[in-house]
Amino acid sequence: MIAWLRASRTRAVVSALVAVALVVGGVWLLAGRGSGPAVAEQVLRVPVGPEPDGIPVELDVAVYTAEGGAAQKPAVMLAHGFGGQRQDLVEQARRLAQEGYVVLTWTARGFGQSGGRIHLNAPGYEVADAEQLVDLLAERDDVRLDAAGDPRVGIAGGSYGGAIALLAAGYDGRIDAIAPRITWNDLAQSLFPQFAADGEPQTAAEFQPVGEPGVFKKLWAGVFFGSGSASSTDPTVCGRFADDVCAAYSASAATGVPTPEILRLLEASSPASVLDRIEAPTLLLQGQADSLFPLSEGDANARGIAAGGTPVKLVWFAGGHDGGDQEDERLDALTLAWFDRYLRDDGTPEDTRFEATGQAASLFGARTGADPQVLAADQAPGIAGAPQPQRVDVALSGGPQTVVAPAGGNPAQVSSLPGLGAVVSTLLRGSQRALPDIPGQSATFETAPFEQTFTLVGSATADVRISTDAPDVTLFARLLDVGPGDAEAVLPNRLVTTVRLAEGGDQTVRVVLPAIVREIQPGHALRLVVTTTDQAYAMPASPRTYDVSLAGSSSLSLPVVAMTPLPSDNAGLIAGSVIVALLLAGIAVVAVVVRRRSRHVAEDVDPELVDVPLVVRSLGKEYAGGFRAVSDVSFRVDKGQVLGLLGPNGAGKTTVLRMLLGLIRPSEGELLVFGHRVTPGAPVLSRLGAFVEGPGLLPHLSGRANLELFWRATGRPMEEAYLETVLEVAGLGADVERKVRTYSQGMRARIAIAQAMLGLPELLVLDEPTNGLDPPQIREVREVLRTYADTGRTVVVSSHLLAEVERTCTHVVVMHRGELVAAGPLDQVVAADAEDAAPADLETVFLGLIGASS
Amino acid sequence: MSSTSTSRGVHDLLRAAPPPPSAAADGSAAGWSASRTLPLRVELVRQWKRRRTQLVLAGLALFPLVLAALFARNRDAATGGTRFVDLATGGAVNFALFVVFASSTLLIVVVVALFCGDTVASEAQWSSLKYLLASPVGRSRLLRQKLVVSFGLALSGLVILPASALLAGGLFFGFGPARTPLGSVIPTGEALFRLGIVIAYLAISMLFVAALAFFLGVHTDAPLGAVGGAVMLVIVSTILDQVEDLGPVRQILPTHYIGAWVDAFNDPVVWSDMARGAILSTAYAAVLLALAWRKFLRKDVLS
Repeated sequence: MIAWLRASRTRAVVSALVAVALVVGGVWLLAGRGSGPAVAEQVLRVPVGPEPDGIPVELDVAVYTAEGGAAQKPAVMLAHGFGGQRQDLVEQARRLAQEGYVVLTWTARGFGQSGGRIHLNAPGYEVADAEQLVDLLAERDDVRLDAAGDPRVGIAGGSYGGAIALLAAGYDGRIDAIAPRITWNDLAQSLFPQFAADGEPQTAAEFQPVGEPGVFKKLWAGVFFGSGSASSTDPTVCGRFADDVCAAYSASAATGVPTPEILRLLEASSPASVLDRIEAPTLLLQGQADSLFPLSEGDANARGIAAGGTPVKLVWFAGGHDGGDQEDERLDALTLAWFDRYLRDDGTPEDTRFEATGQAASLFGARTGADPQVLAADQAPGIAGAPQPQRVDVALSGGPQTVVAPAGGNPAQVSSLPGLGAVVSTLLRGSQRALPDIPGQSATFETAPFEQTFTLVGSATADVRISTDAPDVTLFARLLDVGPGDAEAVLPNRLVTTVRLAEGGDQTVRVVLPAIVREIQPGHALRLVVTTTDQAYAMPASPRTYDVSLAGSSSLSLPVVAMTPLPSDNAGLIAGSVIVALLLAGIAVVAVVVRRRSRHVAEDVDPELVDVPLVVRSLGKEYAGGFRAVSDVSFRVDKGQVLGLLGPNGAGKTTVLRMLLGLIRPSEGELLVFGHRVTPGAPVLSRLGAFVEGPGLLPHLSGRANLELFWRATGRPMEEAYLETVLEVAGLGADVERKVRTYSQGMRARIAIAQAMLGLPELLVLDEPTNGLDPPQIREVREVLRTYADTGRTVVVSSHLLAEVERTCTHVVVMHRGELVAAGPLDQVVAADAEDAAPADLETVFLGLIGASS
Repeated sequence: MSSTSTSRGVHDLLRAAPPPPSAAADGSAAGWSASRTLPLRVELVRQWKRRRTQLVLAGLALFPLVLAALFARNRDAATGGTRFVDLATGGAVNFALFVVFASSTLLIVVVVALFCGDTVASEAQWSSLKYLLASPVGRSRLLRQKLVVSFGLALSGLVILPASALLAGGLFFGFGPARTPLGSVIPTGEALFRLGIVIAYLAISMLFVAALAFFLGVHTDAPLGAVGGAVMLVIVSTILDQVEDLGPVRQILPTHYIGAWVDAFNDPVVWSDMARGAILSTAYAAVLLALAWRKFLRKDVLS
């Protein structure tokens, strides 16, 4: 027994370890699934044009190539964002290299380990550097050439890197495709945003700002400038910024009003100046959660580039400088497909659809961060010849209101915390609930609740009249989504737009609200809020009041852009259903086969033994681990006999009895009850009643209920149970109605014996029935068994009480250590070992038998 | 008790009994039929009479009442919001939704594991399993009847909980239309239908837990081991689901889609994630039940 337990524990441990190893291995393999050809990295220092003061500059450059593939591959240049360096792009570079490109990454001048100073992508510096890198690629053997000195090359990058892609494509005609991400069109408009518009917006998000520079986006500019100037080795005010940039910026930042100098520098660094010269097909990826370079910047780039006939694909994705779901996988896939088509000519179909990421497709998706729904339209409105978006007017209600701008812009509303986007998301758990307005600073105008869902794609506009005694106007506009009842308002992506007018007095202005993609649910309303402060922007120092009221049609003009959701990937669903269907079918087939095999077969009956209650033939049981409980036991019990099964502890008696009940499978041999072979659940077992190794009673039921329930479980009619007879045998009287958990051991034994006798079975099997009984009860059991056998039924009793066995049984079988030692009628077995005339008793014989064979 | 008159009475009764009738062709006693063993009603009585069954079901019925009373007391303190707990006082269906939301991760799992894990293992613990098997009840049939009854009881608990929550919510908060976290409003009749979808989906999701607990119950003689083991494995799966680095592996974790019932209150109902969850749960349940069957059919019953 012990060896068996030990063996099974070893097996259990081993199988557990194997299972764990499989799981861990599987996870590791799946997680590390990006294995492909090996990628070699070559680090170079490339000399480029010097700084204005003559100091030579070298750039830190790395080139990645993969083994195998074509001899000459197209090239991709990857540019990093502001404050970063080329090492940020290693993963992306490796992936692209494995796809068969030669990838060049570099650290822009003024950052990382490159020399020089930051010129904000000035044409004479950073853009010239990019052109020199294109020359470098043209000189390589492994880069495909379109002509001498003209490699097949594309550029991708985000933010600062996106702008260099656009500018390089504008200045260098050799660039064949670009994929700028979250970058600017007009850096002056980005850092000094003006959202007072001239006329209607030309696209869903782009508009023509009035001529005056806008409000200084001081927090973002500070982050921008700080990351460029902060340096532990060179702590100066300008850091690594070029002197002219630094001086111009500092002057503007101090006052909040841009100097002509900074405006000139910013204009040179803006793709807006070269849009008409860009012929490289452009994939524009712009972020919805981006207060630094909002969607209007992306639209302006798209419209300008597409106006020249260049293919443009515009994508509004969910992330951006303010955090959110950066959708890296999807955007990388789009970029790769773009380069595959335009750099590799591999036949990827043209795709210039306009895509905008909507909200999560479902509540569960929102909760688990699953892929959100992507809306698509064949063309972005206003771009590449498509008509401007239609607009629908929704009436706003709200009278004239007076708002106060406090001195120094303090206290100020908080809409977003630039540079800390991810932290804010975590703190507010991604919530876009509008923080409460500071009283007196906001003028609110609200629409009526919408009756149907309206998908707002782009910027709403509103005509507003402002009158003030102040010398100029600085105001901030927000569009809130207000739920029904007392639900809180949501400021989508926490975006705010700014209006700055250079004069005071009484004027009407068209305010462009932030471009968003949002489904306005039925019962929700839109709220226009005009406020005087915002923490992220520079505000006038002098206090003033403004009277704000609706002008024009007193309505909110909403763009109507017809978009349809891209079909979601249901391939997984179909595959899963197929797998499960196959699985269920497989299990069903196995079940049918098993059942058919176990059905009662003719060989299971020995017709000659149909009247013999029990025949045991060569029975053996070996447990795992080699422990032999029973070896080659054979005996026979005929009708009307009372058989005593004897043996010391561990002889295998109980094992034999359990095999008789079909609880244990024999290793060898068989048992035949009334000629039928015993298997688990064999029908012939219904002619057998048993009490083996203790009672099995349900403690929460009474004795009688236990017996009734047990009989009902056999499915046989209640009349055949002989319940009253059996209860008489148990002899518990009124105690039969009490719950079994209150019984003593003897009472339980008596009920269990009664349970074995239910139905008065033809073969009664009892194992230690007198355990716990007092002498009178023992005698009673003995007499009942005798009478039982007299009725033509058969009894098999296993007991240690040799005196009782001597009085009760007609035949005995003696086992020792799993083997049969003696079998036969009681007198014969007792007499067999008698050596002298003295009458032997069973005990002596028994001890002699087991002593002799030990 | 051992008076000779009683003894003689027993012996007379025994002798008076008719001899055993002739057996059927398959060797079974007259009146025995494999398809009649362990009827569902008998198994139901075996489980229903246990105190823990009645306590658990009663507890599930009372818990929403207590919760509703607590919410009603603090109603003034409630602020607007879009989480389930904020919407709970909006009406009967909203309250029922909140109760389901609060209990779907742990309470319902424990109830299902309790009923399905305990059923075979407790018979082993009482030593009554061997007598059932020897009576004889086929091993496969025994498993089947037990699984049906215990899962049926678990399902009844799964229905009692939101039903009681509906009543309690209606009592305290009225039967107004339901408000969803997206902000849309659904009329009461439609909302009740959606709630039905939620319950049906949870029932299918719980198939996995039931199969897991049943599987463990077949392997061990300790009922608490089966129940506790099943609950623990579900918790481990939930924890792994939070680890984002696992990436796509998370989507085949059995508990990943348990929360997808939320989509029944999308406008319109989004079926895709619920379909995935149903498929996943069924697949795991099929494998686990097949393994449990295989083990039990071959096992040497020593309890």
